[in-house]
Amino acid sequence: MSLARYRRCLWGVIWREALRFAQQRERFFAALVRPLIWLFIFAAGFRSVLGVSIIPPYDTYITYEVYVLPGLVGMIQLFNGMQSSLSMVYDREMGSMRVLLVSPLPRWYLLVCKLLAGVFVSLIQVYAFLAIARIYGIDLPPVGYVAVLPALVLTGLMLGSIGLLLSSVIKQLENFAGVMNFVIFPMFFASSALYPLWRLQEANEILHDIAAANPFTHAVELIRFALYGTFNSASAAVVLGCLALFLGAAIVAYDPARGLAARLGGATG
Amino acid sequence: MMALATSPGTEPLPGSFALDVRELSHRYGGRSALEGVGFTLAPGELIVLLGPNGAGKTTLFSLITRLYDRQAGEIAIFGADPRRAPGPALAAIGVVFQQRTLDLDLTVRQNLRYAAALHGLPAAETAARIDGEIARAGLSGRANERVRRLSGGEARRVEIARALLHRPKLLLCDEATVGLDIPGRQAILERVRALAEEDGVAVLWATHLIDEVRPRDRVILLHRGRVLADGAAERVATEAGAGSLGAAFASLTRNGAA
Repeated sequence: MSLARYRRCLWGVIWREALRFAQQRERFFAALVRPLIWLFIFAAGFRSVLGVSIIPPYDTYITYEVYVLPGLVGMIQLFNGMQSSLSMVYDREMGSMRVLLVSPLPRWYLLVCKLLAGVFVSLIQVYAFLAIARIYGIDLPPVGYVAVLPALVLTGLMLGSIGLLLSSVIKQLENFAGVMNFVIFPMFFASSALYPLWRLQEANEILHDIAAANPFTHAVELIRFALYGTFNSASAAVVLGCLALFLGAAIVAYDPARGLAARLGGATG
Repeated sequence: MMALATSPGTEPLPGSFALDVRELSHRYGGRSALEGVGFTLAPGELIVLLGPNGAGKTTLFSLITRLYDRQAGEIAIFGADPRRAPGPALAAIGVVFQQRTLDLDLTVRQNLRYAAALHGLPAAETAARIDGEIARAGLSGRANERVRRLSGGEARRVEIARALLHRPKLLLCDEATVGLDIPGRQAILERVRALAEEDGVAVLWATHLIDEVRPRDRVILLHRGRVLADGAAERVATEAGAGSLGAAFASLTRNGAA
C-alpha cells in the first residue's frame, strides 16, 4: 500500500476530529475555563502563600502564576487525553470505533492517527490558553511559543496513549468518573504541576519520590523548559520512554489476537 | 477480477469464493458463541443469515472483519486470510453495522469523505464517487445536511453508500433494517438485492426478520452458534417438514435446543 494512502487516512481522521471539535463549542470553552480558573483564582490566591526560589529554567524570581502555567498546559493535555479515552469508549459503544477499525490500513497506524487527531485538538486549546495568559500578563520568551510545539506533540501523544490504554480496559461510559478519581487527580496533584519537587521533598519524602516517578511530572517539566526555549533531556527521555511503553501496551490491547477486545467484546448478537 | 468456476462439475479454485468460512468456532471466556460454522458465498450471491438475537451473527461478522482474530477454523475473503493479510481482506469488504455509526453532527458528504479517507482513496476520485453514491441513495438534494436531520431509513441508506465507496466485492450487512418502517426496509433490501444481481457484489445479509426472506433466497439458519440449515428458503422449509420458513425455523430451533 502506498504512502499516499497513509497520508490521506491521517488527514481524514484529523479533519473529522477538527470538524467535531468545531461543532462542540461547549467542549472548547470547558477545556479553556478549567485551567483559567486555576490560573486566575487558585494561583492568584496562592501567590502569597508559596514562594518560589530561582530554579531552572527560570533565571529570576517568579510569581506563582508563572510557575503554575506549564502545569496548567499539562492539565489541558491530561484532560484532553483522558477525554479522548472517554470518546473511545463512547465511540466503541456507538460503533464509530468499528468504522475506524475496518479500514484496510494496519491497526497500529489507525490508533496512532486517532492519537494525533486528539493531540491536534489539544494544541488548539493550549495555544488559546497561552494567548489568554499573555493578555493576563504572563510573558514568555517568543522562542518559547515555537519550542513548546514539539514538546506538546510528545506529551500529548504520551497522555493520549495512557487514555487509549485505559479505553481498552474500561467497558462502560460511567467509568469516566473512576478515571477522574484514580488517574487524572493523582497524576495531577502528585506532580510538579502545582509545586516544585524540592518543596514536596521538604514536606514529604515519599510523596516527592512518587511525584519524581510520575510521567506527568516529566511531561510538565518538558513543557516548562520548552516554554523558555530550553531542553530538558531527562524529562524528554522519560516522556519518550513512557510513550513507547503505553502506546505499545495500547496497541497490544487493541490487537485482534491478543487484545482485551477479544475477551471482553461481543456481548451482543 | 475473480471469475466463478464456470465448467460444471469442477471445484472452484481457492480464492474464487467471495467468502469461504470453514469450521469456525469462537468462545468468550467459557461461553461458546460459534461452533463449527462453515459456508461459502460466491460473487454476486446473496445469503440471508437468519437467526435470533444472540445466535452468533455479530460474532461471525466481527471475526470476518477482524475486530478480533478467529480462535479455531478458517476464513478466506477472495482467498485472503484476514489474519495473515488483513489489508487485502478488509479492502474487499464493505460493512453496514448493526449500531448507528454515522457522525450525527457532520453532513452526509462529510461522513462519506471521512470513510473514503480511512480507505486512503484519492480526493479527486472520491468526490465523484461520493456524489454518485449519494445519488444512488436518493439523497442528492441533502448531501450537505447534517445526518441528525435524516430519517432512520435515510441514515441507513447513507451507511450503505458509505460501505460501497471503496467498491467492495463483499458486502456485510448486520441487521441493517432494524428499527425501520416497512417502506424503509423494502427500499434498503431492494437496493442490496440489486447490488448482488446487477453489480455482482456478494452479500451476507444478517437478520432476525423472517419476512425479509424470499422463497428462492439462500438461507443459513444460525442458532446458538451453529448452522442448523443452509439452502434455498423453500427447500429448507420442505426438508424440515414445515409449511413455511417460519415454522421450519421454529421446529429446527426446538430440536437444536433439545
